[in-house]
Amino acid sequence: MAGTVVVVTSGKGGVGKTTTCANIGTGLAIRGRRVLLIDADIGLRNLDVVMGLENRIVFDLVNVAEKTCRVKQALIKDKRFETLYLLPAAQTREKDAISQERMIEICAELKQEFDYIFIDCPAGIEQGFKNAVAGADQAILVTTPDLSAVRDADRIVGLLQARESRIDPRLVVNRVRPAMVRKGEMMAVEDVNDILAVDLLGIVPDDETIITSTNKGEPAVMDTYSRAGEAYRNIVARFEGESVPFMSLDYDLGLFGKIKKMIAK
Amino acid sequence: MDLLKKFFKDNASSKEVAVERLRLVLVHDRADISPGLLELLKEEMIQVITKYMDIDQEAMDVTLNSTDHSAALIASIPVKRIKRQSVTAS
Repeated sequence: MAGTVVVVTSGKGGVGKTTTCANIGTGLAIRGRRVLLIDADIGLRNLDVVMGLENRIVFDLVNVAEKTCRVKQALIKDKRFETLYLLPAAQTREKDAISQERMIEICAELKQEFDYIFIDCPAGIEQGFKNAVAGADQAILVTTPDLSAVRDADRIVGLLQARESRIDPRLVVNRVRPAMVRKGEMMAVEDVNDILAVDLLGIVPDDETIITSTNKGEPAVMDTYSRAGEAYRNIVARFEGESVPFMSLDYDLGLFGKIKKMIAK
Repeated sequence: MDLLKKFFKDNASSKEVAVERLRLVLVHDRADISPGLLELLKEEMIQVITKYMDIDQEAMDVTLNSTDHSAALIASIPVKRIKRQSVTAS
């Protein structure tokens, strides 16, 4: 059976597309799924370093698109999980080095070999975005609870829904800071979700372990003690159709704080 | 203590401000109508309407409102007096 192509996109840069892509992909591979991560951010590749595979790159997506190598030659096998692969972006080329038609062809070919293909989309809504979205069946929309990220995410929702084969993206709200939300100084996930009016796939708290895991090139989803890792494991389960309750964002409250909050209700 | 808190706290939390600003900006984004265009529309509406009635231009309010992905133009125009003559005069 052919796999599913999922684009991870956001509009705005720096909201955590690459991290989300790496973690969901790795999480699915931990469950034994055959997963391919494609870095579509030509010229600014980063999925390789987040995955800790930067030293193994020989060929890239542009080589595949231009047929200077076979598709299989460009796939990098993950060092930890048997069923996980990366197709890196070219670093010294530009977004127009590939076309939407070639992306559709490449996705169609690779779908035969994998259960899931995740495409890490570049920021913006130009050529790079169009290429990344061209071959996708589904989309994960990543945003953070701030005005500019949500505004840009709304544009992406509009563009995906206006596509010939409409995609209704599922939302991941990243970098939520529970203490600020409680104080009314940050938009809550419900606010963001209400405004964007799409299905909520997950909530990821702002967590320092993301920085340390990126430092090491080991996605946080592998870390049992990471709060963000737990959030990603929940997302992976939901992605596979399991019903997992959304994580409580009161984990940083002590017992006294929890009691106080209950009384306040 | 409560009085002090009230004194130091703004009327709306910054989150409420953010949600409100976001809703407004998205209404314009989604409908592809800029606030400036709406202002032009308002000016022309005033010109047309004042031919027929006296309106309170200060209190007039023209906004875009949206539910999901459809938009509606909402105009609230307080009328001071109907000009009975002007319709036949023109």
